[in-house]
Amino acid sequence: MTSPLLADLLIPAGKIVAVILYPMVMVIVMIWLERRVVALIQGRLGPNRVGFQGILQPFADAAKLFFKEDIIPRDADRFLFRVAPVLVMFSSLLAFAFVPLGEPLRLGSYTLTLWIADSPVGILIVLGLSSISVFGVIFGGWAANSKYPLMGALRSVVQVLSYEIPTGLTVLSVCYIARSLDLVEIVRRQEEAGVWYGFLLPVSFVVFWISAVAETNRAPFDLPEAESELVAGYHTEYSGMKFAYFYMAEYTHMVLVSSLVVLLFFGGWLPPFPSVKALAVLHKIPGFIWYLIKIMFFLYVYVWIRATFPRYRFDSLIQLVWKWLIPLALLNLLVVAVLRFLL
Amino acid sequence: MAFKEIELNMGPQHPSTHGVLRLKLAVDNEVVLKVEPILGYLHRGMEKLWESQTYTQIVPLTDRLDYLASLSNNLGYVLAAEKLAGIEVPKRAQVIRVVLAELQRLASHLAWVGFMANDIGAMSILLYSFEQREEILDIFEEYIGGRLTVHGIRLGGVPRDLDAPLIARIKTVLDRIPHTLGDIQALLNENRIWKQRTVGVGLISPADAVERGLTGPPLRATGVARDMRKDFPYSSYDDFEFDVPVGRHGDVYDRYLVRLEEINQSIRLVRQALEALPPGEFRAKVPRLLKVPAGEVYHAIEAPKGELGFYIRSDGSEKPERIKMRSPSFINLQSLELMCRGNLFADVVGILGSLDIVLGEIDK
Repeated sequence: MTSPLLADLLIPAGKIVAVILYPMVMVIVMIWLERRVVALIQGRLGPNRVGFQGILQPFADAAKLFFKEDIIPRDADRFLFRVAPVLVMFSSLLAFAFVPLGEPLRLGSYTLTLWIADSPVGILIVLGLSSISVFGVIFGGWAANSKYPLMGALRSVVQVLSYEIPTGLTVLSVCYIARSLDLVEIVRRQEEAGVWYGFLLPVSFVVFWISAVAETNRAPFDLPEAESELVAGYHTEYSGMKFAYFYMAEYTHMVLVSSLVVLLFFGGWLPPFPSVKALAVLHKIPGFIWYLIKIMFFLYVYVWIRATFPRYRFDSLIQLVWKWLIPLALLNLLVVAVLRFLL
Repeated sequence: MAFKEIELNMGPQHPSTHGVLRLKLAVDNEVVLKVEPILGYLHRGMEKLWESQTYTQIVPLTDRLDYLASLSNNLGYVLAAEKLAGIEVPKRAQVIRVVLAELQRLASHLAWVGFMANDIGAMSILLYSFEQREEILDIFEEYIGGRLTVHGIRLGGVPRDLDAPLIARIKTVLDRIPHTLGDIQALLNENRIWKQRTVGVGLISPADAVERGLTGPPLRATGVARDMRKDFPYSSYDDFEFDVPVGRHGDVYDRYLVRLEEINQSIRLVRQALEALPPGEFRAKVPRLLKVPAGEVYHAIEAPKGELGFYIRSDGSEKPERIKMRSPSFINLQSLELMCRGNLFADVVGILGSLDIVLGEIDK
């Protein structure tokens, strides 16, 4: 049944569309979830009018932003101003090409891989691509030629660059245990080991998660767009769809980071409790569902944190990473390396 | 990147200047060098307007000053006018006024906690505290009909008596507030981020505070136990027992603690006042067109924001010759630059929030 046309053209094309649609759908669900969950935590109802329980609210918002006037400030660098949101969106979406969604599926004689690009250094590429988005933030903040965006962009650069160090160090400890930089391989190793790395390397997980929240510029680390000080930070001057791009990119980035946490530390698409016989029924549920459930859980934690904590100040934010997270991550790496060597 | 001293404009349209305040900041990177408040965006010429109104007509206009504590404004003006006119207010009316003013203080402080937390970035607190504030506003609505601009205190007394169902309702609301307060304290008091953002931020020494005329909770946070209710008791505040909470360091955190404790003290005051409600008239007979003998008077009360004083000069007619208002927000704002200098830009928002300013009162 595998004709070359199908195998070489249509399936990859379909996968590309799917990889763009899948994060977008997640973003839409996430925007709705965030608004509803924050509302419920705060004792409000949140949007519940558009569609069932307000599920279509993100579409209504997008439609509104689409018809908004697109303002470019007079003294802005018009080229960079236009490029910035695209760059932010592009880098987050591109990274999804390297994020596997599950084990290859067998359809008759054809094997469908649930990723677009299978790279032996997948995790590095994903981290690299997601870092490109900081350029979009700098361009956006700089090009607007306004003070609030500039300060937001400066903060963002310092923050993202600083927090990438502990991220990298903790990923390194995972890769060291798994002996692989391939995301699929890392999940398979967790299956073989019978334990998810989040439980094996709790320190790595905690440091990675804190850094991940900081890198996505989310509360309590949302300083680059701290609304009480910088109005909206680097995207203050953006309106209409350009603003929507920044907005969606932030959520895409969150989905990406949650996917990474699940892949690196919580066994990706593996069902929980593999050794408990009584819970074998859990294996009947497809891996993709498990994967989604876990991602949604971490997205929920994002929202939960946002509704609960006050915002860090810039100096304590930088102190946190340089005085605590980086030394901790280094020490953790050392301990992991020594234990791995001895055991 | 070396950029020295840039000038940053904050407001009048800015999410956390609490209205239409404009701040001209000079910052070096993120460190604040200079803060210059620019006022007048909400100026309505209140003091001049009052000169063309009769004494009775002025009362509802005072609602629009500190719109988060309109009853306190009513009380401040009415007490000054009564003092000048020599009106004796019945005891029952005085106690009802205490109940209303303290409920208003509760509403104002609860709103403040929410705004303050929101400025620091904890968004949920606002909703929790507003839920309770809402219930207090419901009481006002049941009492006289208004919620925000209440106009609940009249010359010579209060417009309505407190009846049994309303008293019962006030008591149930009072019972609920400590729970919300406990939640807020659990979320903030020992929260590391909250403490990092508030402890040692916006410091002011007692001497500087007194020199700049700082009053209200920001002054008491420095350790000066100045409270008009205790020092110059009015409206039979001296009949009731309450403490004046003071801080020690004069930073944002102490202002927060002082205000939270004041909420407890206000609850205590309202409870006592409701128990000790004396029988009698709730309003003295005051002619509709009140003619006040010539003379001048200054009377100050402890409004939620600080010392709220009214100076009235009368020429013997039915309209005042001149009214000058000492609005606490306006005078407290003078200390802003001293508190902000040397702090980080992000702290300006927190310090401004901790002063609890209301633009309706600053611009009059």
